[in-house]
This record gives sequence, C-alpha cells and structure tokens, in this order.
Amino acid sequence: MLEKALNGGKRYWTLIFILLGISAVGFFTYLYQLKTGLGITGMSRDVSWGFYVGQFTFLVGVAASAVMLVIPYYLHNYKKFSKIVILGEFLAVSAVTMCLLFIFVDMGQPMRIFNVIIHPTPHSILFWDAIVLNGYLFLNIVIGWNTLQAEIKEVPPPKWVKALVYVSVPWAVSIHTVTAFIYAGLPGREFWLTAIMAARFLASAFAAGPALLIILAMIIRKYTKFDPGYEPIQSVAKIVAYAMCVNFFFILLELFTALYSNIPGHVLPFKYLFFGINGHMRLVPLMWLSIFFSLFAIFLLVWPPTRRNETTMLFACIIGFISLWIDKGFGLVIGGFIPNPFEKVFEYWPTFPELVITIGVYAVGFLVLTILYKVAVSIREQQAESGSEPVH
Amino acid sequence: MSINRREFLKYAGLTCIGVGVGGAQLFVTRVKPAFSDFKPADYALKAKRWAIVIDLRKFKTEEDYKKVIEACHSIHNVPDFGDDKQHEIKWIWTEDFEHSFPHQQNKFIPKTVEEKPVLLLCNHCTYAPCTRVCPTKATFKRPDGITAQDYHRCIGCRFCMAACPYGARSFNWLDPRPHIRHVNPEFPTRTPGVVEKCNFCVERLDLGKGPACVEASEGKMMYGDLADPNSEIRRYLDENFSIRRKPELGTQPAVFYIIGGEEDA
Repeated sequence: MLEKALNGGKRYWTLIFILLGISAVGFFTYLYQLKTGLGITGMSRDVSWGFYVGQFTFLVGVAASAVMLVIPYYLHNYKKFSKIVILGEFLAVSAVTMCLLFIFVDMGQPMRIFNVIIHPTPHSILFWDAIVLNGYLFLNIVIGWNTLQAEIKEVPPPKWVKALVYVSVPWAVSIHTVTAFIYAGLPGREFWLTAIMAARFLASAFAAGPALLIILAMIIRKYTKFDPGYEPIQSVAKIVAYAMCVNFFFILLELFTALYSNIPGHVLPFKYLFFGINGHMRLVPLMWLSIFFSLFAIFLLVWPPTRRNETTMLFACIIGFISLWIDKGFGLVIGGFIPNPFEKVFEYWPTFPELVITIGVYAVGFLVLTILYKVAVSIREQQAESGSEPVH
Repeated sequence: MSINRREFLKYAGLTCIGVGVGGAQLFVTRVKPAFSDFKPADYALKAKRWAIVIDLRKFKTEEDYKKVIEACHSIHNVPDFGDDKQHEIKWIWTEDFEHSFPHQQNKFIPKTVEEKPVLLLCNHCTYAPCTRVCPTKATFKRPDGITAQDYHRCIGCRFCMAACPYGARSFNWLDPRPHIRHVNPEFPTRTPGVVEKCNFCVERLDLGKGPACVEASEGKMMYGDLADPNSEIRRYLDENFSIRRKPELGTQPAVFYIIGGEEDA
C-alpha cells in the first residue's frame, strides 16, 4: 500500500522535498541545542516549559479530535463520513508523532529517555502520558492501515479492527485527559489548578482538530481528484461550531471563578495574559487576538449563511484554529508560570533557534501526514474512477 | 557446515529462549539494589525527619547571609551565572519578605521585617510534589525526610520545576562547569540538561557533619530531628513561634522561619 506514496506527480515530490529540507534544517538546529543545552531557547528558571511543551499540548488535542469523526461514523453509522474518517485517523498519527518529537526535543537528557521505561513510576502523570500517547499512535496506525487495505480489496475490514475502533474512542479522550492532568494536579500553580482543565482541553481539541481537518480536506479537494464532498465537510463544520462555543464557555467559567473569588494566585495569571503586570505585557496582543478570532469564528460558523458558504466557513476554520493555537500552544503553558512562585514576573519569548526546531518538528509531522494522505487519496481517486464505495 | 531450515529454526528458537531467560534473570537480580549491603558509617548523622530552623532575628547584616550562601554554593559546585537571570542556578538565596511569603500579604508589618531578606532553599517537604511527578524517580524521598536528586538518572523533563511551589529547583540550561569559580573535587559537578537543588548536605551528614549553611550561619540556623521530641530543634520550635512557606498547600515543609519584630532588627 505504501507504494502509492512513491508514485506521485511533480507537485507531490516538490512538497516532499520542501518538507524534508525544513526537517533537515530543524534537525541540525536540534544538534546545536543538543551540544549547547536548552539554554539556546527562551526558557528560564522561572518559565521552565515553553514553546515545545505548548505545541505538544496543543497537538495532543489535534490527535484526540479524530474521535469526532470516528464516533459519528462507527457508533452512529453516519455514512457520510465513510470517505473522510481515514483523514482523521491519519491526522492523529501525524499529530501524535509530533507530540512525541516535541517531548523529545524538550528533554535536557534525551539519551536517557528509556529511564522512563526502566524505572516505571506510576505516580508520575508523565509515565501514563507516555503509555496513552504511544498506545493511541499504535491504534490509529493499525486501524487506519487495515481499513484502507480492506477497501482496496473491496472486503469489509476484519472484526478485530472494529474492536480496536471501539477501544480508540475512550482512548482518544484519555490522551487529552492525561495531558491535562500533567498541569491540573500541581499545588502552587493556580492557573492550572482547575478541575475543568481536562474538559476545556477536550473542547478546544474538538474544535481545533476538526477545523484543521476541514482546511486539509479543502486542500485535498483543490489539488487532487478526491472530493471529500460538501455535506461531510458541513457536518464537520457544525462540530467545530459546537466545540468552539463550549470551549469559549469554559474560558468564561475559568474567568468567573478566578475573578469573582478574587484570590490573587488565580487572578494574576489572567491579569498577566490579558493586561500585563507592571508593564510586562508580551502576551497581551496575542491573547486578545485569540479572543477576537474565537468570537469571529464562532459567529461565522454558527450563522448558517456563513457556514454554508465554503469560503467564509474555511476562513472561520483558519482563524478559529489560530485562536485555539494561541490559547493552548502559547498562553496556557506560559500563563501557568507567570507570575512565578514568588509572585514576580519573569517573561518568556521563544528564541530563533527554538522556533526553527519547532518548525522542523512540524515539518516532520506534515511529511508523515503528506505520505499517509497520499496513500489514502490515491485509493479514493481509484475508487472514484471505478465508481466503487468503501465497504465497512 | 551447512544447516537446513529446520535446524536453523531450532537453533534460532533455542537462542531466543536463552536470551529471554537471561533477560528475565537480569531483571530479577535488578530488583535487589546493587549497593544494598552498604551501611552508613557509625559516625554518620542519622535522623527520622531532618529539618532546619532559620532564625531571621539573628541575621543582621548582608554579610550574615552572604557567608551562608557562599558556604553552600562553593562546596556544591553551584555555578555563578552573574546577572544572567535566565540561566541562573541557586540552592540557597535571599528574597524579600513579601515575595518569600506571598500569601502573608500585610501592609502593616514592621518595616524592618518587610525589608529583611529571607533565606530560601528546598523545603524538603514531607509530601513533596516534585517527587510525586518525577517520571524516573530521579528525585525521591529518603527515609530521613530529605528530598534527594539523582543527577545521573534525571532526564531533564523539568516536571519537578513546574510542580515545586517554592521555586527551589534549577535546571542546567547550559554547561555549568565554565561558571564554577573553584571546583570542589569532593562533590560532583553537573552536566547540562539536569535539574538540581539543595540536598540537605547528605554527603556531609554521612561524614558526621551538619549542613554547610547551618555551620556557616554560626548559630543563626539550626538543624535536627523533628521526630525526636527531645531534640534541640524541637525545643527551639516549642519556645519560638515559627512559620513555614505556603503551608496551605499541604506539602509539610521542613524549613521553619522565626521572624521576630521591631526589637530584633
């Protein structure tokens, strides 16, 4: 099946080589980081996690969101998703790959990574995160690959694949819940110390992931002969609309508890993010942009005429995705560290090499995605030519 | 010598079993720590629950603090990054009262207290959040209450830094060695990419000596066994009102502060 990824046009190979090139630049910058230390990043004694961990957190959500296609299709027999479920599963594979890479590049002693396995520590949430993330990666590769293979042979996929699909549904919830628990159980980090963290993570994930999926589906429609179809994309857009509303509601809940209780530890991180403290306001413009984009995207996706119009709907997905990326990939992690345990402000901003490594990891993820999507799209194109439909 | 497929499979199978048994054997022997036969020397200091009292009333001059900090940082090869706050490493340092006890906000405390520097270090909490989150047990609780750190097992994930509510932990963002003025060969220097912090001078306790900071404080600090009701430290805490940092978090810090008032300035 993988041979389909070796058989592409000029545009496909150009994309592959561009992504390989960016990955290589990221890799060499990573070697520089490995030699010099994480001091080449903007992280500090006070803000000890930064951009890498932020991307990891955000992408766990993107990975988990595959379940938003799996549930309607497999549990509710929503046939319209039959052609695009695979796009969600392969997006999850690519996203989890990036998650694992971001954790890796964030480690001070990456050559000791197997200490996590030789010294298993169940009271550490990171231990469980390693288990659920690797498990989810495995599940999606196996499920995606086998369903596609069955489609080529025009037979229904084996029964055990269906069993794995059912396992993958709670598993998807687990990866983001466990990731939220990394943050939500730490005494003294009041910004993260909230019972709603996992729920908020899931809501933003179920908005950001499907929004990205719509963007990808539109790209596929434009550049290949596979058309995911108007109606399935509309259904995904409705999912994005609901999830964005729920996510925004959760942010308001957080604000109420923090601001109405007026406990300084809970108020100060929000104050820093949205207004700045004592003139320290590096994140303020970004956070307001995120709020503005979120509201605008919600409006465009909830109001039927702008949702039904694919141009405005796509625009809403793009700004909604950017908004959620700022909120989770940037504000959430940094906000938890500012102010520091002494209620002092030490700011953070990613450095140039840090950004290059980040982009490098994204390039690897998109390389994986491009190859997997090429396989899936080639099969869909063949089906379109022969007029057959996926049998499940 | 040629072997047919059947023989090849037979030998391959036997090899696999052998490797498996050998591996299992290794795993089983691993369960017993390699150095479990080692016992601390008779002269080593032992306790059920080590703790430190810092009597801030007795700290008068800048020099009093400096001596304590210098004693710790010099014997433990703590690098000095100067004004580079981003990469700095510290085991014991000072902060003003307001920021040391941010939950004790009170505009009307004596000016002398408000402006007095407070010595900060790892609290060696009974319920340490850092050891709870560490994915490799590189930081762990010793039976004597000390929160220890293994620089050779640490993978540098910095989960412990996010978990510590006291900002007690530092990460080696860069190679610390060029920033150590005089290397003490008795204590390890660190590699880039690992976390470090105050170790309650475990290496000195084993030699029968108390923590270096307490020694350098010349009576302004005290260490001892909290679990022993007749210990000097318990008597001192009985007689003097003490506070701890962020007690509401339930971590049970083992560093106690005696603050004093105007007359102790």
